[in-house]
Amino acid sequence: MTQSMRAPLLFVLVAVLIIGTGFVQGWNSALTILNYGLISAIMALGVNLQWGFAGLFNVGIMGFVALGGLASVLMSMPPVKEAWSAGGLNIIFGLMIGAATIIGAVLAQTRLSGRVKLWATLAVLIVGFFAFRAVFDAGVVAVEAVNPASTGYLGGLNILDANWFSLLGWLFGGVLAAGAAWLIGKTALGLRSDYLAIATLGIAEIILAVLKNEDWLSRGVKNVVGLPRPVPYETDLQQDPGFVESAAGFGLDPVTASTLYTKLLYAGLFAIFLVILLWMAQRALNSPWGRMMRAIRDNEVAAEAMGKDVTARHLQIFILGSAICGIAGAMITTLDSTLTPTSYQPLRFTFLIWVMVIVGGSGNNFGAVLGGMLIWWLWVQVEPLGLMLMNGITAGMADGSALKAHLIESAAHMRLLTMGIILLLVLRFSPRGLVPER
Amino acid sequence: MDFLNALVVLTNFVIVPGLAYGAQLAIGALGVTMIYGILRFSNFAHGDTMAFGTVATILFTWLFQSMGISFGPLPTALLALPFGIAVTGVLLLLTDRTVYRFYRQQKAKPVILVIVSLGVMFIMNGLTRFIIGVRDINFADGERFIITARQFKEATGLREGLALKTTQGITVVTALVVMVALFWFLNKTRTGKSMRAFSDNEDLALLSGINPERVVMVTWLIVAALATTAGVLYGLDKSFKAFTYFQLLLPIFAAAIVGGLGSPLGAIAGGFVVAFAEVAITYPLKKVLRYLLPENLEPDALVQLISTDYKFAVSFVILIIVLLFKPTGLFKGQSV
Repeated sequence: MTQSMRAPLLFVLVAVLIIGTGFVQGWNSALTILNYGLISAIMALGVNLQWGFAGLFNVGIMGFVALGGLASVLMSMPPVKEAWSAGGLNIIFGLMIGAATIIGAVLAQTRLSGRVKLWATLAVLIVGFFAFRAVFDAGVVAVEAVNPASTGYLGGLNILDANWFSLLGWLFGGVLAAGAAWLIGKTALGLRSDYLAIATLGIAEIILAVLKNEDWLSRGVKNVVGLPRPVPYETDLQQDPGFVESAAGFGLDPVTASTLYTKLLYAGLFAIFLVILLWMAQRALNSPWGRMMRAIRDNEVAAEAMGKDVTARHLQIFILGSAICGIAGAMITTLDSTLTPTSYQPLRFTFLIWVMVIVGGSGNNFGAVLGGMLIWWLWVQVEPLGLMLMNGITAGMADGSALKAHLIESAAHMRLLTMGIILLLVLRFSPRGLVPER
Repeated sequence: MDFLNALVVLTNFVIVPGLAYGAQLAIGALGVTMIYGILRFSNFAHGDTMAFGTVATILFTWLFQSMGISFGPLPTALLALPFGIAVTGVLLLLTDRTVYRFYRQQKAKPVILVIVSLGVMFIMNGLTRFIIGVRDINFADGERFIITARQFKEATGLREGLALKTTQGITVVTALVVMVALFWFLNKTRTGKSMRAFSDNEDLALLSGINPERVVMVTWLIVAALATTAGVLYGLDKSFKAFTYFQLLLPIFAAAIVGGLGSPLGAIAGGFVVAFAEVAITYPLKKVLRYLLPENLEPDALVQLISTDYKFAVSFVILIIVLLFKPTGLFKGQSV
């Protein structure tokens, strides 16, 4: 099999797997897998930009994805007017004091010198911190007291109450993630590669802590539900006589037809975004900029000697890759139509994406997309397969034996084990992945 | 009297928990720093190694309990600890044989080894969940307290009580024993010296006839002992839950970097710095200030600098400050 045939064949394999799922487990679950697979592919594309192009090791993908989710809420939910009038000003003002404090501290650090520098920085930080807490906390208490059972937060910016704002939310997810990436990149890039990893690991946990605890922003663990979506609602479709008629033409009942139809629409939207991003990534890879990136990745010292600003280029691509992860994060939240901060798990949103990129082939955009779809399919299917396997193993055992019960119960944990083994096997025997970089 | 009361409150809620937590982090960070010094990569599987070691120890604890063996007032888990260490050591050596050795021979870049350790992390996490599930497991038995708050109040006549949990005492004592043993081993024994030589300059060590495979093997065994001990102490103090150990990774890494990666002394210092910062910043100081300040200045609020939910942020901020101002850490580690 030649190299050039390999990628198309593997994509055909993924298509066969998903269509096969449709025949065996029903089209609804096949489309669900397809939708999440497309989003995973977008995330993998972002991570591939950082790792495959530039060799940056980011283990905070979960944080950027969660920020995307937050952005989706902030854009697409309507604002809560009572909350804004109760404490909105205080919160905005408090945040401004916080920002001013940080800027002041940075200025003190850069402009002053000697012993004055340390004391001035400390004074700015301490005074700023207490001023921030005093103004900000009052606002938070006021906002969270507004109808806490259903709102208790500021809401979003969807002043028109229009559904297409959720698409804006996707883009805003990219912007928010890019901002966080700039902050973290400024501090941790230019140091050892391990430090970036540990710094991103930390920022992801902090972003998650903010999402879980800042109720005025994201309702915390009370979750935001019922996010507007860019596709029609199933219940509306079922009321629409024209839709019911055409569904009957396919021999489908209205309920099934409406779920399949909305999922297909989502798949189309995600696919459009994926294709655009993939096209841009391909163009970038083959441009002089992309060649420079790979030159930096392969030999930083040589590239620096040629006059390339390695740290600045790293910062650039780190921001771009994180922004793509943010977009994907916003998509997931819109698709689920809920923001559930507790659902963000590093194993699922960081390390699984890494498996996708490594298995697909780091440095190759098509490889990342392939890895995203393939590993996502596997991630979903390992559980039923594991259960089947366990049922097979335990078939000979006596009913009610403790070991049998334990084995069947632990089939749910097969996923992590399988993903780890796949990652290690690929790294060992095919380190360039399924679709290697040319 | 007021000053003494304030001191007791502070000791009870900040110093004692901080000491215990710091000791746990320090032993964890020692493991990370040993791997970094000898094998030269950041081991992301360390948290899950700790979890696995704890699981092995818990299984032995249950076995002993069912056989009616106990350790008097001390938790049975301490008796089971050596067996847990042995099982973890076997697992780590097996991992090294099947996974890491290949990349060592290839002289792979450190970042590849980090990704490999991610794979190992997945597998260990899966194994842990496979064996024991995801529930909360409390395996501490024996006496709960060395001194209860009431006994302390009766003995001293102060208004505030000081409670000292057995697990806290054990943690600090065990940590001391472990640290002394480790430093004795590294500084006085032949193998320990060869390990330090290998860590300082690999090529020179090889030229002097040090067997690298032996050094690596001993390292993994020591790491198994450190990780299991840290995990069991943490589990005794709080409780065992599979995924909390993964979250310990961040403070442990912060501790190792703050102290200077590769420096054992630094790991211990870093562990206590991170732990005390975390406990002190998230503790509401209202009760302490009530005793220290005159009545009209008493604070109404809790005087909690940041909420406990942001304790990760503390280790992260410390990490960032060190990275910005002193990237080699307090004790001049190997990092650049």
